[in-house]
Amino acid sequence: MSQGLRTSSGGRINRARAVRFTFDGRELSGFEGDTLASALLANGVHLVGRSFKYHRPRGLLTAGAEEPNALVAIRRDAARVTPNLRATEVELYEGLEAHSQNRWPSLKFDAGAINSLLSPFIPAGFYYKTFMWPRRAWHRLYEPRIRAAAGLGLAPEHPDPDSYSNRFAHCDVLVVGAGPAGLAAAQTAAASGARVILCDEQPELGGSLLGEADPGASLGENGRDWLTGTIRALLANPRVTVLTRTTAFGYFPHNLIGLEQRLSEHLAQPDPRQPRERQWQVRARQVVLATGAIERPLVFPGNDRPGVMLAGAVRTYLNRYGVLAGRRAVLVTTHDEAYRSALDLRRAGAAVTIVDARESASGELAEVARTAGLTVHTGTTVIGTHGRLRVKSVRIQRLDAQGRAQGAPERIDCDLVLMSGGYTPSVHLFSQSRGKVAWSEALQAFLPGESPEKVRCAGACRGVFSAAAARRDGESAAALAARDCGHAVNIAIGEPQPVQGAGAAAPGDLPQPGGNPPAKAFVDWQNDVTSRDLLLAAREGFRSIEHVKRYTTTGMATDQGKTSNLNALAIVARQLGKSIPEVGLTTFRMPYTPVTFGSFAGYTRGELFDPIRTTPIHDWAARQGAVFEDVGLWKRARYFPRNGESMHAAVARECEAVRRGCGLFDASTLGKIEVVGKDAVTFMNRLYVNGWTNLAVGRCRYGILLRDDGFIYDDGVVARIAEDRFHVTTTTGGAARVLAMMEDFLQTEWPDLSVWLTSTSEQWSVIALQGPRARQVLEGLVEGVDLSSTALPHMGVAPGKICGVPMRLFRVSFTGELGFEINVPADYGLAVWEAIHAAGEPHGITPYGTESMHVLRAEKGFIIVGQDTDGTVTPDDAGLAWAIGKQKPDFVGKRALERPAMHSPERKQLVGLLTAQPHVVLMEGAQIVADARAIPPSRPIGHVTSSYYSATLGRSIALALVRAGRSRMGQTLYVPMPDGALAVQVTSPVFYDPKGSRLDA
Amino acid sequence: MLLINCPYCGERPELEFVHGGQAHIARPGNPAECSDQQWADYLYRRDNIKGVHAERWRHTHGCGRFFNALRDTTSDLFLATYKVGERPPAQSQQKRATA
Repeated sequence: MSQGLRTSSGGRINRARAVRFTFDGRELSGFEGDTLASALLANGVHLVGRSFKYHRPRGLLTAGAEEPNALVAIRRDAARVTPNLRATEVELYEGLEAHSQNRWPSLKFDAGAINSLLSPFIPAGFYYKTFMWPRRAWHRLYEPRIRAAAGLGLAPEHPDPDSYSNRFAHCDVLVVGAGPAGLAAAQTAAASGARVILCDEQPELGGSLLGEADPGASLGENGRDWLTGTIRALLANPRVTVLTRTTAFGYFPHNLIGLEQRLSEHLAQPDPRQPRERQWQVRARQVVLATGAIERPLVFPGNDRPGVMLAGAVRTYLNRYGVLAGRRAVLVTTHDEAYRSALDLRRAGAAVTIVDARESASGELAEVARTAGLTVHTGTTVIGTHGRLRVKSVRIQRLDAQGRAQGAPERIDCDLVLMSGGYTPSVHLFSQSRGKVAWSEALQAFLPGESPEKVRCAGACRGVFSAAAARRDGESAAALAARDCGHAVNIAIGEPQPVQGAGAAAPGDLPQPGGNPPAKAFVDWQNDVTSRDLLLAAREGFRSIEHVKRYTTTGMATDQGKTSNLNALAIVARQLGKSIPEVGLTTFRMPYTPVTFGSFAGYTRGELFDPIRTTPIHDWAARQGAVFEDVGLWKRARYFPRNGESMHAAVARECEAVRRGCGLFDASTLGKIEVVGKDAVTFMNRLYVNGWTNLAVGRCRYGILLRDDGFIYDDGVVARIAEDRFHVTTTTGGAARVLAMMEDFLQTEWPDLSVWLTSTSEQWSVIALQGPRARQVLEGLVEGVDLSSTALPHMGVAPGKICGVPMRLFRVSFTGELGFEINVPADYGLAVWEAIHAAGEPHGITPYGTESMHVLRAEKGFIIVGQDTDGTVTPDDAGLAWAIGKQKPDFVGKRALERPAMHSPERKQLVGLLTAQPHVVLMEGAQIVADARAIPPSRPIGHVTSSYYSATLGRSIALALVRAGRSRMGQTLYVPMPDGALAVQVTSPVFYDPKGSRLDA
Repeated sequence: MLLINCPYCGERPELEFVHGGQAHIARPGNPAECSDQQWADYLYRRDNIKGVHAERWRHTHGCGRFFNALRDTTSDLFLATYKVGERPPAQSQQKRATA
């Protein structure tokens, strides 16, 4: 492969190591040290992409992270396709496979380019204006078409097989950016003894210096020695962590910085066992931002053709990668600094013409250029370019004294256009720190001002552009930072370097003939926004820059307007007759450059996505073939299918076993809180609705907990273990929030109460043994407890032993049958469970799961908080007003229950529903209406909260919250479904054994 | 992620804490004497301060204690943290931030 544009020597590439790669299937070759962009350019490939909206041919604009055009997909295999990578940042490796995007059928001939011809008809806001009618066409026609045309790259087809790492780190001083200011800052901070982290997005330290032919020379006194010595010292210092290929993408409160480290993207054969990326969360005591500046394009017609590049980028390709991007170049500029690029190109053998829009160019560099024999057209603007897939010429025109384009246009043939409209300091991270930026008239740039964070800026990102000055600026910033975290600083802390004017130029567009807004003068390359679009938005009445941004989409592409925002702002400001600071900047948000979802997910994928909580009996249930369901973080056995049973069949069998024999249920996930202390009963009285004073030791009670707004928050059985000790149970999902609420009241409202609260949820295994034969099963296993109904009646609690293990035995029932809940220390849970199971075998003992538990409790009309209640249900609504202690002066929620609305007869109340057709099971959540013929939208009067098929009753049952439900007993209501309304009869919510006689079976 | 100085444990990352809403809102001593409006105010009305805000935090994944904090909502900087029952410390910065 020929690398026709490669220079014969120079650059930081390793010419001894050729690297083969493909671009859209074409085999090409570059060198070790190349980026994909520099290698493509070396092969004469200027055309690298198509623009988003008009599908215009686009080439490389930049050489860095700000690149808007050269977005490519890198493919390793079907699962490892990364779209929208900037070719300027993709390091070349052997066998790299790159694909261009947003074109069909090919990059050189793209059918979508028809949009470019249609461009007069699709200006800014086109979507909003056009696709308004007919309305029904939106879903069928407009949206699918727009969606197909939208977006850039394609996502991979398979789940990401790579792993991503996360880590936290702390340091005294974090330095972002390893250019002259960043290197000096890191070195100064390290010399003070501070712990330092230095990060840079590039593979090599040096920042902007890497684009110089002689990187050390621009650093002033002993620059070369200082540069090599500093880098060596930083890498060798154990108190300094140097992170290359690492982008500081976000600045979060209290000096927490997100870093994205790319570990294997540059390797030909990444080790699949190693993480692909590592995301760092660095908590820094002090931050020094040395994030540099981004060169600004100029806005003139045809400024987007392949071969039109930023001047600094051309210089970087030449000096760093040994690529001469063209042989006949035109430099278009408005300031002196860009002349360096022309001079470097000239030295490399290219012919360069300079077009300078300023009236005169008298700076030192301009004189050097003239002396070197370069033609300099001052007072001249560019009014157009030519060339389809590569720029072939530019047209220029003289400006008169008033800055108007006048006179005969002139044409200059060329194969490369360099442009530079000055530099925009990269204040992204500073602004994310909630730092305020201030407009500098001298520099024509927004510069960092005050920030609430402990952050300083150094170098070009605060307008100190020259490398030597940036180095001194970095030293000063780091010395102050090190001092502020308590380190002795040996160097004299100088005043911050004054900002310097070289490279300052007004943003905006170049003057055009007749003052007309030109066509195809691009401001935002990636989103295809032209100066005409911005003027249109201003004419249509958009005044806020935030609105202009959203209307035109300028600055909203994946590059977030790194090259475009300031030009857009200047054009809008001029049109509105305001100054740039009056119009103001749009907000900078993280991430600085796109960050992969994988790196945010880190280790929390698959099994590690969430913790899993299992009970001591879990493995036993799994061996029995239980099907589990997630309840919060818990895994709970839902049913135990035998011989391939369906859930329906298994639940019917399990329910029958409980109703006729006995069933065994793992209730260990119940929340449990031990409330202990001399004021425990006072505490419980104040918190729960029930009266607790009269609850005798050895008895338990169904407790209801409200919020202070009067609505049910949680429920559960509460046992009095001793005068000063309650065993409180909560719902499985509510355990943590109930304890938090208890702690809140105890610590902040009633700190005078002597009460201890302890979560015991995981200390007790709870085995529910339910059914008419439960007592017979248990009899042979317990010691020290009389199981008879007289000694241990319903809602009795007794300490004792089972299988030699200490136990709290509750005689309680969530099934309506005779039942026990055996609490044993969790470590013995499995052994006791197995012993009960073995003892129960002659009685047909049957393990049952949560699904059967739900059916059994619904048959009895027992509510589940969170299913049959929704945060707007009072105890009375749920039919539980009997539980409220009537004598108590106060409890949490009592005052709210006295509000008139809480007594309205129109409140939704819990009722039962029976479908007219007994085998139809209603959908939970289905709405209920009074009139079957009501035409939607009609107002529902309630909804179904629980619905099951009850094998015991041989029909379906449902619980529902229905407006004035208790006054509707026997009425027929309707549940509208897609196939027609289902008739239901309102009944009591207790479907089975309403007298409760089975509890004492 | 904020760094929060628990008065019992010292500086810890926000991950360990739960925010508990506005501080110094005492539950009325005798709710029965409250009018509906007073009770609704206690339940629902909170300040939405631009500047120094007194708020409750709980060191859930630490000591479990509730405490109060003065935080400037415009900068997220904590001016002070203090124990339940203590008065908010006088802050010269508080005046400046709320002025």
